[in-house]
Amino acid sequence: MGNHSDGSPNHSGTVATAGQNEVEKFQDPGLPPHRLRLADTDPKAAKRAERQVAILFGVSIVGTLIFLGAYFAIDLGVDSTIATIRNQNLLLGLGTAFAMLGIGTGIVHWAKALMPDHEVSEERHAVRTEEDRQAAVRIVDDIVEETGIKRRPLIRNTLLGAVALAPLPAIAVFGDLGPRPDDKLAHTMWAPEEGKLKRLTRDPDGTPIKASDVTIGSAFHVIPEGLNELHEGKLNEKAKAVVLLMRLNPDSLKISPGREDWSYNGIVAYSKICTHVGCPVALYEQQTHHLLCPCHQSTFDLTQECKVIFGPASRPLPQLPIAVDAEGYLVATSDFKEPVGPSYWERDEHERLINS
Amino acid sequence: MKALSQKRRHPLAAIALLLMGLLLTGGLYAVATTVNQAKAETTTYSASDTEEGKKLFEANCATCHGMGASGSKDGPSLVGVGAAAVDFQVGTGRMPMQMNGPQAQKKPLQFNEDQTHQLSAYVASLGAGPAIPEEHLLDEKGDAAEGGELFRVNCAMCHNAAAAGGALTRGKFAPALADVSGKHIYEAMATGPQNMPVFNDANISPEGKRDIVTFLKKIEANGSPGGADLGSLGPVAEGLFVWVAGLGVIIAFTIWLTSRSS
Repeated sequence: MGNHSDGSPNHSGTVATAGQNEVEKFQDPGLPPHRLRLADTDPKAAKRAERQVAILFGVSIVGTLIFLGAYFAIDLGVDSTIATIRNQNLLLGLGTAFAMLGIGTGIVHWAKALMPDHEVSEERHAVRTEEDRQAAVRIVDDIVEETGIKRRPLIRNTLLGAVALAPLPAIAVFGDLGPRPDDKLAHTMWAPEEGKLKRLTRDPDGTPIKASDVTIGSAFHVIPEGLNELHEGKLNEKAKAVVLLMRLNPDSLKISPGREDWSYNGIVAYSKICTHVGCPVALYEQQTHHLLCPCHQSTFDLTQECKVIFGPASRPLPQLPIAVDAEGYLVATSDFKEPVGPSYWERDEHERLINS
Repeated sequence: MKALSQKRRHPLAAIALLLMGLLLTGGLYAVATTVNQAKAETTTYSASDTEEGKKLFEANCATCHGMGASGSKDGPSLVGVGAAAVDFQVGTGRMPMQMNGPQAQKKPLQFNEDQTHQLSAYVASLGAGPAIPEEHLLDEKGDAAEGGELFRVNCAMCHNAAAAGGALTRGKFAPALADVSGKHIYEAMATGPQNMPVFNDANISPEGKRDIVTFLKKIEANGSPGGADLGSLGPVAEGLFVWVAGLGVIIAFTIWLTSRSS
């Protein structure tokens, strides 16, 4: 039978021949012939390379001077404008770049063109000797002996305890990722407080909006009344409660059963938070009645209660039920009837709770 | 006073009182609802302006907008759009429209300043609407910081935070706002041309609009504080630059470092 130890399955069964166990030796090709550089043979070229290196170092010096000049000479006093800062930034950046690049390229050019470039081969050392190994073992043994860790169990045990406890602060810090949001995502500031309906107010100044202010074709960016007075969590509340208020011809709205009293004379309010991943949907085209999300081009048709007509969003934008109070201001008659924004694990459950 | 008190039991006194009351409420209501337009309606148009404008309109605009600007299936009614709408659409060359498309675009002006003025006069005479803004609202001396905040809340989603413009659906787009005159910016806000929503004076006050114009002119004059803005288009332009120029320089240096000197 053939020799199977050659690792070649195609040759199993071939007749063994003499010399088959001899390893085919790879011939050391040696170093390629040394090629002299221009600067090695021609003194003029060497002189030229020397000058080039000096110029590169000179560029670095100039760069540093530009940096210092820009830093001290450009005055950023009260008279300065954004343009002054921009010009200074530009000069500081260019100065640093030339200062660093000049040194770096100069050294590389020096090494490549002028420093000796003869090839040297270095013989490999033995990786380790038995003596070195023994020496290392002796050092470790000495350390263990001198620390006395075997003789002093008190120290050993307290050390083990300290090391075991040390990761606990990290675990405690992880606690800050919580607490669980529970149903916070399902409610917004629009919910009436103590029977008082929240007025729709302008973003950013928080002034209330009259129904007569909203002419056909208008788009108002809306925040709930009282948002600006919050001291804590203002941005979190704003992120959930922002609304876009628009007015179109009442005849063009297709209103589904149950939503008849959610709009007022063609004035409708929808959550601005995209149901895809939560970007603000605020690109309103007043003639086509499309709302476009700038992140992934989800398009919602306002006349069909913000049904998705294009893009990755899977649910219509939640509508805010609105009415007009005794003084003519627009108010939200209730919170959104579904959680706003993108899907989350407990969303369906929360929607059921809101509507029950 | 005595005569009045004697007549208060006259059979017609109740009717007269009712009439006075009605007139007072009606008058107050009219003042209250038109206060937005009334404030801006100051540019004066002579009768001849309106007359000339009517002729120009009938020759150039009535094909689509109908006789008397009452609209047709090819163009909307212009009754009540105001002088500002005409001044914007005609003054930027958007009207007369060259052809149907996703949106009417800026092009060389078809009418000179006088003709635009006359057309504005005629359309303004058809019904009350936003007027051409007064000079003091366009002086670019408002509060730029305030204008910046209003711009970011109301405008930046379509026009880009640096006013470089952006794409909308199906071929429509919000144009870049550099090189647009303050007057035209103001008029666009007040009238909502094409797919732009209307920002009436109850939404953004005339002072707010003045602040926005101030802000836009200021960022246009100052340029980008970070150096080359690459069109202010954000990660696409910046990423392309870094991938092509940045990586290109790194590759060039690597080749130089590893090559042999001649």
